[in-house]
Amino acid sequence: MTGTPKIRLRGLTKAFGGKPVLNGVDLDVGKGESVVIIGGSGTGKSVTLKCILGLLEPDSGSIEVDGQQLVGASADALRRARAKFGMLFQGAALFDSLSVIDNVAFGLVQGHGQSQAAARRIALDKLASVGLDKSVGELFPSELSGGMQKRVGLARAIATEPDIIFFDEPTTGLDPIMADIINDLIMKCVRDLGATAVSITHDMVSARKISDRIAMLYGGKLIWTGPTAQIDGSGNDYVEQFIHGRAEGPIKMQLRAS
Amino acid sequence: MNPLAYTGRGVIDLFAVIGRLSVFTAQAFSHAFRPPFYPRMVRRQLWEVGYRSLPVVGLTALFTGMVLALQSYTGFSRFSAGGESAIATIVVLSITRELGPVLAGLMIAGRVGASMAAELGTMRVTEQIDALATLSTNPYKYLITPRVVAGLITVPLLVVVADIIGVMGGYFIAVGVLGFNGSLYIRNTLGTLETHDVLSGLLKAAVFGVIVTVLGCYHGFNSGRGAQGVGSATTNAVVSASILILLSNYFLTQVLFAP
Repeated sequence: MTGTPKIRLRGLTKAFGGKPVLNGVDLDVGKGESVVIIGGSGTGKSVTLKCILGLLEPDSGSIEVDGQQLVGASADALRRARAKFGMLFQGAALFDSLSVIDNVAFGLVQGHGQSQAAARRIALDKLASVGLDKSVGELFPSELSGGMQKRVGLARAIATEPDIIFFDEPTTGLDPIMADIINDLIMKCVRDLGATAVSITHDMVSARKISDRIAMLYGGKLIWTGPTAQIDGSGNDYVEQFIHGRAEGPIKMQLRAS
Repeated sequence: MNPLAYTGRGVIDLFAVIGRLSVFTAQAFSHAFRPPFYPRMVRRQLWEVGYRSLPVVGLTALFTGMVLALQSYTGFSRFSAGGESAIATIVVLSITRELGPVLAGLMIAGRVGASMAAELGTMRVTEQIDALATLSTNPYKYLITPRVVAGLITVPLLVVVADIIGVMGGYFIAVGVLGFNGSLYIRNTLGTLETHDVLSGLLKAAVFGVIVTVLGCYHGFNSGRGAQGVGSATTNAVVSASILILLSNYFLTQVLFAP
């Protein structure tokens, strides 16, 4: 990676009720790169993303986006930084009270001050780019299947054409065919926008497909980072156990949610 | 645990909640004066909190006025015959000063406070509130402030309606059931009523409107995980708002009607 990384994390720590979840996370993500963070449930993958987005405040460490420090930044600076991000949530997190098209247009109207009409035109384009026609736009989220909700969530995440897109468990709960369709859409959208992508997932098929690099989070730290092509020869017992889904190995699954 | 430590922990927790609630309330109001504004969200909440609460508040006021007239008559008839003027006075003062705002507040706590806590709690659990933040929208400004503003405006308006319907309920019983003179009843009602009686009730209503909406939003916004978390948030919103309405009503009455 050359030049200033798009995202740089250094010594990121976060604890909940005295229990450490992140314990010194260091990560660089280059411009236009797609990095997938893998790890078991409760290892702090979502917490890492939420810290970068400013939804959670880290206990210590630094988060830089385009060289700008976000930890301790003012509300205005944080708001400006957030305008660079798009996010696809695990359950899509569509607004129940709004139609599909208003969900997709939301960030354009509220965040970027576009007129309702212009935002709806863009929203229709984005829906088309994820394979949904305009008749879907008038439906409400509760009328959609899980796969369609993910597509709408993806259209909403890319509507403002962000520099950085986060994907939180993009294929969880989907059948293998729909999961592959979502993976293809993620790759297409990220490529078309030239965006930087950070994804978190348990799904190794998805991780291998959408990433340039993979990082594994365990015990609150990134224990292995490397190109996707090298993960099978990582030489790391934790990574080996995780990617092959073995019950036996150094990783002991925790029984309680963090 | 040591009883002293247990008590101390309870006191610290209580003050922590009061502090968080104060900051939450201050944020809700401060966003009302700083752009961007969301008039569409305010209009929607005016409709939800105000218009859609009319039936429940109206029915409560109607039957309260009717019962009040009936019970006052039963009580007075033990000591003297008639008591027409006293019954009109009791009904109108009780409704405008106390029962109108308090009962409306309690009914709205059940209807609106619960619905706000459940809606925001579900939004929290399904990450919709986080999604708002990622779409460059301040959740306080978009979700909380319109609800609190709507409570502040509509609950006094609902109490005006409740006052009128409550007095009408008393009138129907007094004239229709007890056989009182209708014009005399109205004259006694209007002769007794002072501006201060109505305004004090409306001031109480505004305070109760803020209490209900702030607590509904606070508990929903800070809801725990899962269905149980949302359920607890809803229960806490209604119970805490009801208790705070009764508590604040006592202090407001003491200030507004100090002897």
